[in-house]
Amino acid sequence: MNKILRMMAQRISLGLLILFIVSLIIFLGVSMLPGDAAQAILGQAATPETIAVLRNQLGLDLPAHTRYIRWLGGILQGDFGISIGNGREIGEVIGVRFANTIFLAAFAACIAIPLSLVLGILAALYRNSFYDRTVNALTLSSISTPEFFVAYILILFVSVKAGWFPSLSNIQGDMSFTERLDKTVLPAITLTLVSVAHMMRMTRAAIINLLSQSYIEMAELKGIRKARIILRHALPNAWAPIVNVIVLNLAYLIVGVVVVEVVFVYPGLGQLLVDAVQRRDMPVVQACCLIFAATYVSLNLIADILSILTNPRLLHPK
Amino acid sequence: MTDNAPPAEDLPDTDAVQQASRTRRVIKLLIEAPLSAKLGLVVIFVYIFVALFAPWIAPFGESELVGKKYQPWGDEFLLGTDNLGRDMLTRLIYGARNTVGIALVTTLYAFLLGGILGIVAAVVGGWTDQLLSRVVDILMAIPALIFAMLLLSIFGTSVPSLILIIGLLDATRIFRITRAVSLNVVVMDFVEAAKLRGEKLPWITVREILPSISAPLAAEFGIRFCFVFLTISALSFLGLGIQPPTADWGSMVRDTADLITFEDYTPLIPAAAIAVLTIGVNFVVDWFLHKTSGLKDELL
Repeated sequence: MNKILRMMAQRISLGLLILFIVSLIIFLGVSMLPGDAAQAILGQAATPETIAVLRNQLGLDLPAHTRYIRWLGGILQGDFGISIGNGREIGEVIGVRFANTIFLAAFAACIAIPLSLVLGILAALYRNSFYDRTVNALTLSSISTPEFFVAYILILFVSVKAGWFPSLSNIQGDMSFTERLDKTVLPAITLTLVSVAHMMRMTRAAIINLLSQSYIEMAELKGIRKARIILRHALPNAWAPIVNVIVLNLAYLIVGVVVVEVVFVYPGLGQLLVDAVQRRDMPVVQACCLIFAATYVSLNLIADILSILTNPRLLHPK
Repeated sequence: MTDNAPPAEDLPDTDAVQQASRTRRVIKLLIEAPLSAKLGLVVIFVYIFVALFAPWIAPFGESELVGKKYQPWGDEFLLGTDNLGRDMLTRLIYGARNTVGIALVTTLYAFLLGGILGIVAAVVGGWTDQLLSRVVDILMAIPALIFAMLLLSIFGTSVPSLILIIGLLDATRIFRITRAVSLNVVVMDFVEAAKLRGEKLPWITVREILPSISAPLAAEFGIRFCFVFLTISALSFLGLGIQPPTADWGSMVRDTADLITFEDYTPLIPAAAIAVLTIGVNFVVDWFLHKTSGLKDELL
């Protein structure tokens, strides 16, 4: 048990170190830019005096390391600074946007994870059959299609032609849960379609890997039914890689929302980031990137820890 | 590439015979290939042909305004016109040149960077390996698309910065795989023997290690190309990649996206062009991986 705790502490501190370096990259990268926020807010016509005053107000005249500590300290307390575009507090916008993104990713995950597990186990069970080949070709194709292609096909057939679901996901804070769900269906299905392939393939690979082991052969020789071999003998040992795949895909879902959000005009963090990059609103870009990176790093960390917990062999490295 | 056949004036016959048997082997391999791989090869060749001969195939100029905007499909404009009145078919054809060309250059650059550093890390080892691997770890901890957007907003959206940024981010993945496969080869006896013979590191790298890792790297090239191609298309679709007036499939989808609500298929066509090429490349890579059993397809 002690060993597990020590290993987890190790991983967590490594994750924190990575986050720290990532925040440094995000901060230093932006401070390399010519001109700064004060100049951007006031525009070209501003006199040097007014720029100097604003710079002083925003603390931009301080040396880089002091600004970095202030910036990071502010973020840890929920203060992300002020947007150059509209002069508003970034923290106000970003909280809602992030919650929306999480909602979309969670919705997609609820469909994608069970679906891909079932498809993956079936593919492993009926390996090299017609079903396996078809699924293999389909998933290979869906991995290689751009997300916006899937999204627009869905919009055309499910939304415009059939009229089942709205093609615009302009959800607002005062909507009821069912209304939100209805508007989020299409983006969630798009995300599902692009992520199921990967998850399913990994599930299949994990189980097939196990099926070649001798204790499975033993079970087969004992005459146990195939379904029982998979569920009782193979699956418990396959959990580690499968859980790993699931969490990694959650990370993918949260980051991969960017394109899908733009297609469906879904008010999430990805859309905010794209807008900010286009307007070169650097404080917002920094904040969004940091949140995305932090989510990604933490989910990877969780995947790491879970795979230790579900696989005792990893606890005793040789 | 590293053709160590004897000079032609010594043994012209054997050389010609070798050449002929090699051609025959390739043809036999192609005939025996599964349907999906054949399909993939045909797709790739069609795209290359269109990209090379774009100015001769295309009915109009790349960014020429030829009619009213959003004209429907018809005789004059086979696929209609876009939001500015440019011919869709023409831009689709030029897109093969621009989008695929830029993705190809980016992948090549990423392979040079990542591949060389990966082999160096594996061969030299020690703190060089440590340093490079840790830098790559950090770069890979940030999701690629997000990192690309951060860098693009810092350096501005132009084609050179697009190539440099995406290439750098992709090089991290190539570094990892090159380092991993090279490490397996570095410990082999024939490398050890070459070291004991007193061969220099560059010689060992080029003559002993490179031939052994070329098959997995070739497959990886296909996979990375698809990835780069999709990333660049996604960025262009978001308006952060290849900029107008250059014809590019990602931005073409973005430009004509409004038509989708009028039951018009136009925006799907450039998107399908992207999808068909990546699927084609993937089919070929899949077959290639089967043939060169260095990697198992089940692990991909």
